[in-house]
Amino acid sequence: MFELSPTEWTAILLSLRVATVATLVATPLGIAVAWLLARREFWGKSIADAVIHLPLVLPPVVTGYLLLLTFGKRGLVGAWLAEHLGIVFAFRWTGAALACGIMSFPLLVRPIRLSIEAVDRRLEQAAGTLGAAPWQVFLTVTLPLALPGVLAGMVLGFAKAIGEFGATITFVSNIPGETQTISSAIYSLIQTPDGDTAALRLVVVSILIAMAALVASEWFARRALQRLHGN
Amino acid sequence: MLRVDLSKRLGEFSIEACFASEGRVTGLFGASGAGKTSLVNMIAGLLRPDRGIIAIDGETLDDTTSQTHVPVHRRRIGYVFQDARLFPHLDVRQNLDYGRRMNHLAENSAQHTRVTDLLDIGGLLDRRPGKLSGGERQRVALGRALLSQPRLLLLDEPLGSLDEERKEEILPYLVRLRDEAGIPMVYVSHDASEMRQLATQIVMLQRGRVTAFGGAEVLPAAPARA
Repeated sequence: MFELSPTEWTAILLSLRVATVATLVATPLGIAVAWLLARREFWGKSIADAVIHLPLVLPPVVTGYLLLLTFGKRGLVGAWLAEHLGIVFAFRWTGAALACGIMSFPLLVRPIRLSIEAVDRRLEQAAGTLGAAPWQVFLTVTLPLALPGVLAGMVLGFAKAIGEFGATITFVSNIPGETQTISSAIYSLIQTPDGDTAALRLVVVSILIAMAALVASEWFARRALQRLHGN
Repeated sequence: MLRVDLSKRLGEFSIEACFASEGRVTGLFGASGAGKTSLVNMIAGLLRPDRGIIAIDGETLDDTTSQTHVPVHRRRIGYVFQDARLFPHLDVRQNLDYGRRMNHLAENSAQHTRVTDLLDIGGLLDRRPGKLSGGERQRVALGRALLSQPRLLLLDEPLGSLDEERKEEILPYLVRLRDEAGIPMVYVSHDASEMRQLATQIVMLQRGRVTAFGGAEVLPAAPARA
């Protein structure tokens, strides 16, 4: 009953890989976007903000279908990438990572943006008077002080990525060993007559992963806070 | 030598200041709201004048006619703020070392020792800013600015957030700094007695205008102490 089958293991490992890659690739981008939204005024800022939040409010199947149209084999970007760089997203685990990355992006960006907004700009000014160029100010003052938010964003993004279902299954389907994540495996299992126990096992695994992520984020946040408040 | 000739509008308020000071310590004296901090921020490069010139030792830092504006991090002007602004995520040692690292200066332990001795902060090196008293914080902020090897040091009401007792604790360090560090300073305060003790030249600022320039005689007469 508690023995995981090879297919289930494959789905679990694939989910972890997809969510990890999605989070690691999205984080630097998310930090850059969060900084722009927190610290710069530019034309079309509110539009950019809305576009970033779109995956949060659109039906996931719509996001998945839009991904298929743009990054599919015949899609505008997908065809170009496949031809010039040999990168294929359609029906590959990389496509699942892309879908998860886009779906989790708003959740990743938000805490980072809030924590950058909370960094005292007077400290950044002080760093400037000590000879730090703007990029040095960012790396040595802003980013370390915003670290709790960055970690919170990463954990939230990871949790969203590992649970993502609608956009992923629409974009890259549900191929065991390639694009079948925990969620889509559970979906398949509950549609087969005797899949209930297997589905239940995967449900338990999802809960464990989610719990571990939450505990880890709490721990990171507490350590970061200790660092910041100078103890 | 510091030369300032500028104007700046800030909402309803405007600053028009013109002076040139050779003093070791140029005192910017005036009531709060006279525009002292804005003026110092312009010298530091944190604020851009609408019109005019700022120059140190013949080097132009701001000149609106030629669109010159040296960015704050390239000015080599140290700034000690009223609220210290130590980096909370770094300990005292790392705070002191920050300017040296950012300016890619070689490690200079002799200078480090001289500054930490001058300010009596050698015993605080492993502490975090959160664990320092107000006076200690201000001394570390002074040391941090000095160790970035500035050519001019701006001090904006460095005693402003301290009580009388702490002020008396810090003042001697500032006098030592003036006499031993060899870095010209601009000292901002609304306190005439601090000015008398520290400044060698005084710029009196009232509602954004320079109303007097000279020695201690431009200060209001000291109140008779009982």
